[in-house]
Amino acid sequence: MNDILLQVRGLRTAFHTEAGAWPAVDGVDLTVRRGEILGLVGESGSGKSVTGFSLLGLIDPPGEVVSGEILFKGQDLRKLDEESMRRLRGNRIAMIFQDPLMTLNPVLRIGEQMMEAILTHENVPVAQARERCREALEMVGIPSPEKRLDSYPHEFSGGMRQRVAIAIAMLNRPDLIICDEPTTALDVTIQGQILYRMQEICRQHNTALIWITHDLGVVAELADHVAVMYAGRIVEAGPVNDVLDAPRHPYTKGLLDSMPANTVPGERLHQIDGMAPSLAGRPVGCAFRPRCPQAITRCAEQAPSILQEGPRSYRCYAPIAVRETTSA
Amino acid sequence: MRTIQPLDDTPRRTAILKKLRSRPTVTGSVIALAILMAVVLLAPYFAPQNPYDLANLDLLDGRLPPRSTSMDGMVYLLGTDDQGRDMLSAILYGLRISLMVGLSAVALSTAIGSMAGLIAAYVGGFVDTLIMRIVDFILGFPTILVALVLLAMMGRGVDKVILALVVVQWAHYARIMRGRALQERRKEYVEAAANLGFPAWRIMVFHLLPNCIGPVMVFATIQIATAIALEATLSFLGVGVPITEPSLGLLIANGFQYLLSGDYWISMFPGVALLLLILTINIVGDRLREALDPRR
Amino acid sequence: MVLFTLRRLIQSLFVLLAVSVVVFFAVYAVGDPIELLVSPEATVEARAATIARLGLDQPIWQQYFTFLERALHGDLGTSFVHGIPAIELIVQRMPATFELVVVAITLTCVIGIPLGLVAGLYRDRPLGRGIMATSVLGFSLPNFWQGMMLILLFAVWLGWLPASGRGDTVSVLGVPLSILTADGWSHVIMPAVNLALANIALVLRLTATGVSEAQTQEYVKFARAKGVKPGRIVRRHILRNILIPVVTVVGMEFGSLIAYSTITETVFAWPGMGKLLIDSVYQLDRPVVVAYVMLVTLIFVIVNFVVDVLYAALDPRVQLVAPSH
Repeated sequence: MNDILLQVRGLRTAFHTEAGAWPAVDGVDLTVRRGEILGLVGESGSGKSVTGFSLLGLIDPPGEVVSGEILFKGQDLRKLDEESMRRLRGNRIAMIFQDPLMTLNPVLRIGEQMMEAILTHENVPVAQARERCREALEMVGIPSPEKRLDSYPHEFSGGMRQRVAIAIAMLNRPDLIICDEPTTALDVTIQGQILYRMQEICRQHNTALIWITHDLGVVAELADHVAVMYAGRIVEAGPVNDVLDAPRHPYTKGLLDSMPANTVPGERLHQIDGMAPSLAGRPVGCAFRPRCPQAITRCAEQAPSILQEGPRSYRCYAPIAVRETTSA
Repeated sequence: MRTIQPLDDTPRRTAILKKLRSRPTVTGSVIALAILMAVVLLAPYFAPQNPYDLANLDLLDGRLPPRSTSMDGMVYLLGTDDQGRDMLSAILYGLRISLMVGLSAVALSTAIGSMAGLIAAYVGGFVDTLIMRIVDFILGFPTILVALVLLAMMGRGVDKVILALVVVQWAHYARIMRGRALQERRKEYVEAAANLGFPAWRIMVFHLLPNCIGPVMVFATIQIATAIALEATLSFLGVGVPITEPSLGLLIANGFQYLLSGDYWISMFPGVALLLLILTINIVGDRLREALDPRR
Repeated sequence: MVLFTLRRLIQSLFVLLAVSVVVFFAVYAVGDPIELLVSPEATVEARAATIARLGLDQPIWQQYFTFLERALHGDLGTSFVHGIPAIELIVQRMPATFELVVVAITLTCVIGIPLGLVAGLYRDRPLGRGIMATSVLGFSLPNFWQGMMLILLFAVWLGWLPASGRGDTVSVLGVPLSILTADGWSHVIMPAVNLALANIALVLRLTATGVSEAQTQEYVKFARAKGVKPGRIVRRHILRNILIPVVTVVGMEFGSLIAYSTITETVFAWPGMGKLLIDSVYQLDRPVVVAYVMLVTLIFVIVNFVVDVLYAALDPRVQLVAPSH
């Protein structure tokens, strides 16, 4: 009953400068099961996008995946050669990027960009590939799909372009889709539609998702599990309802408290003091310590290791105790 | 607060660093250029012979190959031309003229073009349209053609060559400056200066100009080489500088007729000198452009 | 698209008109037009006849219209030296120049683009950097000197190729072409290479920067994320994107090459329009100079217009922007 699809252990990705290599991802562990939706949450600079790219081996110099294991269906992706990796991409593991305007080639038609995703992995007749693309566009709710195949990217609106990206991702029925902030650039109503669509498709085809976002609200709606990232490390992880109802890590609590939805109307919005550290400016010890309301001396000396609490885990020397959590 | 230390060794670090370091520096080529310029400007002290003092020349010494000796024991390192002039000296003097023409043309073009572009951008409206239409018109034609026809009608002379070069070149600077000035004009410091009541010309010269001069300067550096090459070409074609002040182009033209009979040195060495001058300037301009590229 | 084409057409016509005004002003109003356009050896009667025909005794603005009218009828003066209409003289030499330019452009594309592709893909490796470094040489070499060195090397020292002139021609549809004969090729190859070298360097660098910029674009990363093979990424994604600016530059260079052929034709004694221009400048055959300027401007304007339209056709983004607002 091994339905663990992806197992990441100790992933470390760094960016090189003359002075040395700064880790953007600093020892990340993740587990994703078949058909499961994992929300990877963090603010800008936390390393969440870099994590996504590292999984697919798309980190280019001056970046480098320094160490760690990325076990996909038992196989370590880091040990694969480039051609084997290429065969997995878009096929068994797909990715959706943040800004669909930049990710679709402006001078090629949509149909061609979709068909190449199929034709590069399978030797099927072009007509058949085109038919599959048309069906995919229908599946994501794009009207007149047949005509749309001959359109150019700039002829679509933002929301529709992202639907096309989803369609492309689903073309080869991958086991896992990594979504890098796909709804951040869209307005809220469209965002809702896309989320709903994605959820539907994934349940239908038992596709696992890693949804990278800074928006806890999205995670609450969509994900089964959540992992909260700060300064390159996972500071808290677990089933989404458990973590959001009773966060252990002060950062998670801070994020929850600062959501407008969690604020009483008329009251000031809660803010976490300070700013996330830059790549080269991470403090020794716990990276969150300068901003943490409950830091103790130990936090400045050594970075906390992972504490396991059933299906949950967190890194903190002074976690929020069970009794204290009363946030709505 | 203590911050973390970076990793100093990873599996691919050396390979990645090698790629990062591939940009050569500006300094090396600038030094080379400076040396070249010094040599050229100090030519009269260097040259073995003053090639334009007719008293020095002996027709019997004409068309001697490199490293031959004259009657009175002088060694012609690079040979002599048909008039008996020492090629080395002629080249040194010729470099001076080429450089002088190039620098003057660029200095004038930059000044005129920058002001035009600045005014077009700052004043805007009809003035802008007018200036830019003229610029587009001029830039629509191949430089060589315009210069050629201009000189055909004006006659020969160093000043006329510089004039022709300026007429053709200023439009480039105007366009660059205008583009940059349009961007800068929207910035707050310009608005602030206007609010303080500074007159337009003051804002243009003291506030806008320093901030827009960057790309123009880079372009100007490369254009020095273009101007020098252009002057050489015009002189070669016979419409450039007169015989009394031969630039490298004229020297090469002189030697053309002897090429087929194998007296290669009369054309080849001036050409090499010209090449070195242009090459050095181009490399400096290239490095400068890469160094100032905002994307890095 | 139609509106766009129409707009560009009207703009081109304006440019032509502007040039005609400038040329007219330079020739008729600045100097003494009689001296400029009447051969110094003409008899008194011939002089009077020319003055009457050219309308040189009329007020200036009327002269301009006469000038324009004659120009539109193809009458741009008669060559002092050759005695035939200037236009006719130039048109006679056109095939030779066009031949040279066409071969040069072909060389530019065939050598410049592939080399630029390699230089761009291997930007950080010695091969790429070597190609880029050598390319600086391409536009640093003064064109005329480069031609002379080619002659020195291949004609004088090695004796492989003839030093000057055009080879045997074969008439195609009334137009004599030398590229259809082997002798023709031995004559055209050096001048064409000479003409093309600076352009090859330019196109090479343009392609190289285009490719290395394209490589960092998001759509390339996305294509990799789809598992698209690297060969196809270069061919379909990168090449299509950079081909647009490269094609436009090559197109614009066509007009430029016609102008620069002056130098090459002089060095290689190639009997084209450019050499005619230089000879005419020397011989003070001014009607030919005027006719040359007008004609080349016309060619330029036509080429620029065609390139603009082509650009709009190639880049799907441009089409939509032009007419709708």
